[in-house]
Amino acid sequence: MSDQEDDIILSELDDEELVQQMFDDLYDGLREEIEEGVNILLERGWEPYQILTEALVGGMTIVGKDFRDGILFVPEVLLAANAMKGGMAILKPLLAETGAPRVGKMVIGTVKGDIHDIGKNLVSMMMEGAGFEVVDLGINNAVEKYLAALETEQPDILGMSALLTTTMPYMKVVIDTLIEQGKRDDYVVLVGGAPLNEEFGKAIGADAYCRDAAVAVETAKDFMARKHNRLAAG
Amino acid sequence: MKNALTKLMATRDWILADGATGTNLFNMGLQSGDAPEMWNDQHPERIELLYRQAVDAGSDLFLTNSFGGNAARLKLHGAQGRARELSRISAEIGREVADRQDRPVIVAGSVGPTGEIMAPMGALTHELAVEIFHEQAEGLKEGGADVLWLETISAPEEYKAAAEAFKLAEMPWCGTMSFDTAGRTMMGVTSADMAAMVEKLANPPLAYGANCGVGASDLLRTVLGFVAQGSERPIVAKGNAGIPKYHDGHIHYDGTPALMAEYAVLARDAGATIIGGCCGTMAEHLSMMRAALESRPRGPRPTLDQITDALGPFSSADDGTGEDAAAPRRTRRRRA
Repeated sequence: MSDQEDDIILSELDDEELVQQMFDDLYDGLREEIEEGVNILLERGWEPYQILTEALVGGMTIVGKDFRDGILFVPEVLLAANAMKGGMAILKPLLAETGAPRVGKMVIGTVKGDIHDIGKNLVSMMMEGAGFEVVDLGINNAVEKYLAALETEQPDILGMSALLTTTMPYMKVVIDTLIEQGKRDDYVVLVGGAPLNEEFGKAIGADAYCRDAAVAVETAKDFMARKHNRLAAG
Repeated sequence: MKNALTKLMATRDWILADGATGTNLFNMGLQSGDAPEMWNDQHPERIELLYRQAVDAGSDLFLTNSFGGNAARLKLHGAQGRARELSRISAEIGREVADRQDRPVIVAGSVGPTGEIMAPMGALTHELAVEIFHEQAEGLKEGGADVLWLETISAPEEYKAAAEAFKLAEMPWCGTMSFDTAGRTMMGVTSADMAAMVEKLANPPLAYGANCGVGASDLLRTVLGFVAQGSERPIVAKGNAGIPKYHDGHIHYDGTPALMAEYAVLARDAGATIIGGCCGTMAEHLSMMRAALESRPRGPRPTLDQITDALGPFSSADDGTGEDAAAPRRTRRRRA
């Protein structure tokens, strides 16, 4: 039976079968197979943006759902993100050339005093996996650094992360500063980190608390959809 | 050559460990973002007070202030060269406090995670992880720790690397993981996985178990998961004092001393031998935990319902053990 599975030849699959197989291969974190699949679809004349959204983001959505539901865990997600990255490396220059629409852009970093970044890195990877452009400010960010990055990068979303109960209140400092400067409504603010909860997110004035990286992606997509609807209606 | 912890466990039905290190140090003025291990050198009197508060409240065992005292964590503070020294001092202060008592008190040299993701997913190799843990272990040993105490680990690879390092240091040890993601560790390890892994180690711990995580109920579900594997190895339960809540600019844990006393008794009845707290657990919690363990007779092993009735709901419907664990959504393949 395993022999049979070993015999899958991607180029012999039709488009639909190939995309399904790429979903499986992303799930298993098989980078070379994903790269091969992307190249085959390009040869068959698929638009880079269509490959990104239908094959890669589609597959990562399944990974994200199973991560959210406690079926996959960090190691599998890291492997899947790595496979996704392999595909993205091929598509990125082509996407820029073809002027494909932007899924969304996020600036993210852990707050001042907090040097714990595994959670933040995971969110970055999953967001990239979902097609977002992510600007990662790294650890230990003061309010000035967030503001400067928002100014230069003009993202749709600001993400803040904290692992410590002693650093999480700093998120409010950043949000309060945005309010003072009249910029709060320019961005969707998402917060996350082990000790946070929804109540805390509301208390400090964030748009949403995201329990994990998968929820962060879903929430970000949701806000982007609303933004597009608003723009379309306006 | 019996170590102090094995001796104590031979004479006792349960052992009360300590509570929070970080929460207590922040109350003493530690600033968020600063490395607590620096205080071993800069404010030894505060570290002594931290240990003494636990011992005076009835702890039979306390952890040294060396959780982040490995080269990988200290590097973030530019102090990667001080891992051995700061770990040694943390144990020296502990040794003095323990030796002043008229009852046996165990100094457990705390070893926390490196904070790195291990190869092949991450950059930290097994060899380097062993070296990092070994360096800290030697420091704690020099300072007079009775046992080493690995805690808050998520990845089995990291747990194994530490076990190997502690063998190099020729030190007895205990090791706990943090089950904070739907009843598993961040890396997906279930209670059953951990119980099985521990028995396969070339240098197994004196005791293994769970610390931190999310709330007291979840932690006891994990303990029941260990027990269900049928291992005779003593089990450690060190849960947080409830869940952190945000009020007017500061954080406090919602687990009362009375709730933690209830948790301690249930932990013992569930099958744990070494029982303590983690984040948010202060001296007043420990005192009530001790009093409850002394005054209340051992009861039958609690059911999951009895745990949630006493301590509140679980954070997730299941914990990945048993038949009803969820199945992958995609078929898997592996190609050569």
